[in-house]
Amino acid sequence: MQEALFVLLNGLVYGLLLFMLSSGLTLIVGMMGVLNFAHASFYMLGAYFAYTISVGLGFWPALIAAPLLVGVLGVAVERYGLRAVHRHGKLAELLFTVGLAFIIGEIVPLIWGRSAVPYRVPALLDFPAFTLGGIQYQAYRLFMMAVSVAIFAGLYAALARTRLGLVIRAALTHPDMVAMLGHDVPRVFTLVFGAGCALAGLAGVIGGNAFTTTPGMAEALGAIVFAVVIMGGLGSIPGALIASLAIGLIQTVSITLDMPLGAMLGHIGLPLDPHGALGQITIAHAAPAVPYLMLVLVLALHPRGLMGARAD
Amino acid sequence: MLTVRDLDAWYGKSQVLRGVALTIGEGEIVALLGRNGAGRSTTLKAIMGGVQRTGSIRLNGQEISHLAPHAIARAGLGYVPEDRAIFPDLTVAENLILGEKRGVAARGAPFALADAYALFPRLGERASAPAGALSGGEQQMLTICRTLMGNPRLIMVDEPTEGLAPMMVERVRDLLAEVARRGVTILLVEQKLAIALELAERLYVMGHGSIVFEGTAAEFSANAKIRHEWLEV
Ligand SMILES: Nc1ncnc2c1ncn2[C@@H]1O[C@H](COP(=O)(O)OP(=O)(O)O)[C@@H](O)[C@H]1O
Ligand SMILES: [Mg+2]
Repeated sequence: MQEALFVLLNGLVYGLLLFMLSSGLTLIVGMMGVLNFAHASFYMLGAYFAYTISVGLGFWPALIAAPLLVGVLGVAVERYGLRAVHRHGKLAELLFTVGLAFIIGEIVPLIWGRSAVPYRVPALLDFPAFTLGGIQYQAYRLFMMAVSVAIFAGLYAALARTRLGLVIRAALTHPDMVAMLGHDVPRVFTLVFGAGCALAGLAGVIGGNAFTTTPGMAEALGAIVFAVVIMGGLGSIPGALIASLAIGLIQTVSITLDMPLGAMLGHIGLPLDPHGALGQITIAHAAPAVPYLMLVLVLALHPRGLMGARAD
Repeated sequence: MLTVRDLDAWYGKSQVLRGVALTIGEGEIVALLGRNGAGRSTTLKAIMGGVQRTGSIRLNGQEISHLAPHAIARAGLGYVPEDRAIFPDLTVAENLILGEKRGVAARGAPFALADAYALFPRLGERASAPAGALSGGEQQMLTICRTLMGNPRLIMVDEPTEGLAPMMVERVRDLLAEVARRGVTILLVEQKLAIALELAERLYVMGHGSIVFEGTAAEFSANAKIRHEWLEV
């Protein structure tokens, strides 16, 4: 029972981390129509920047400085890269972000090496917050949850209550009309792109030490974040939260279900040869595919995703 | 106030406007007529910088053709597109607020939410409803008011009465007359000849992407050939 609780808590932490990545991406894709394949690369940069800063100055300065650095980098990428490529159409933008992901993926191991760097949880939060049935739960994980929930609340309030949020919400469906009402939409794009990158960077800062900081960390999350964004509905922050939590929880749970499919279906009275190829697959084997199965299911029932503002 | 010269415009590789020239004086109401596909909507979009184009566009003597659409809007042009482009998930009030141009000084008394609600009380009643829930006619009033919230010196309105019930057509006409009374210059694309002739002092007729007639309402009424050749179907 306690184990189930810990699985759920870990799924929640993972889901909230996915949310921080997907909240920026859903606005970028929804508003600018840019399928930013480099988004998870900014997550990775956040983790590596935080590692380097924390070696010199400690974790807490890194928590602030690393996302800011990643955000500034994002602003530069949008302003001087994407904006120039934009004229040449969607395919050019897509190739640009794929190329950028590739370049970041090559530069990171050149600077920090191919294996994981020892980016550690800060000592201040490296203690068990509570113990249940002999299992300890690290205080840092609660901190991760608190940061993610604060980000959700802040983003939601900023979009709902501020004038800039209003412009962003309108530009999700009609960016050209918003510009013709006198709003500097290209500048808003730059801001949203930069803020989205900063959030991805923040996710890297708080996730890189809880999990691992390696050159493969961007690739591992890249596709899942897209599944979250599409499932939640382009441009929807609440949709991104729900989809992140659903995918985070279900993926974490399915990794721990290592009973073979044949035996499991046998339990509920469905005959499947327990020794055949299909019968021996466990849910854990299939775990990487679970987010995409969920995505297909959601899109079949609701083509705009759970709460999407636009369909295209 | 607005002078357009040698305006060419393209959708991709196909050229749609060829050497369009227009002049609109301060406080005038000018109608832009033509058959479907003549290039009227494209002319308005091209003036706003919404399509690829070349040529000269001067607003009060200042060249604005090199500016981005938001800067053209802030220079004093207002645009109400044919498809209305309301923000369907935002409330009526939020749609109106988005029309405000912060940091641009209005000449005279600025147009405020209260003016929109006074001109069309239905907008006030539905202020917190999503704009997508309004009827077509209400949405048309909303888009016009949304653009007025930016205190344009010249407003370009594209087929505002299209598809509306006769009663709403009258309300739109009255709203445009009120806009003109407030001193806003109007460039109106209108399919209903009766309304165009009632509101406009001068008219342009377009055909195949160029201006084929320019004159006063009286000159136009006297010219059956132009009507026959370029307007009647
Ligand atoms: N988005 C577009 N892409 C390609 N061609 C277009 C587009 N919009 C209009 N056109 C073409 O441009 C020409 C002029 O259209 P438009 O300006 O909408 O005419 P009007 O408003 O006078 O009916 C037409 O031949 C039309 O088919
Ligand atoms: Mg038209």
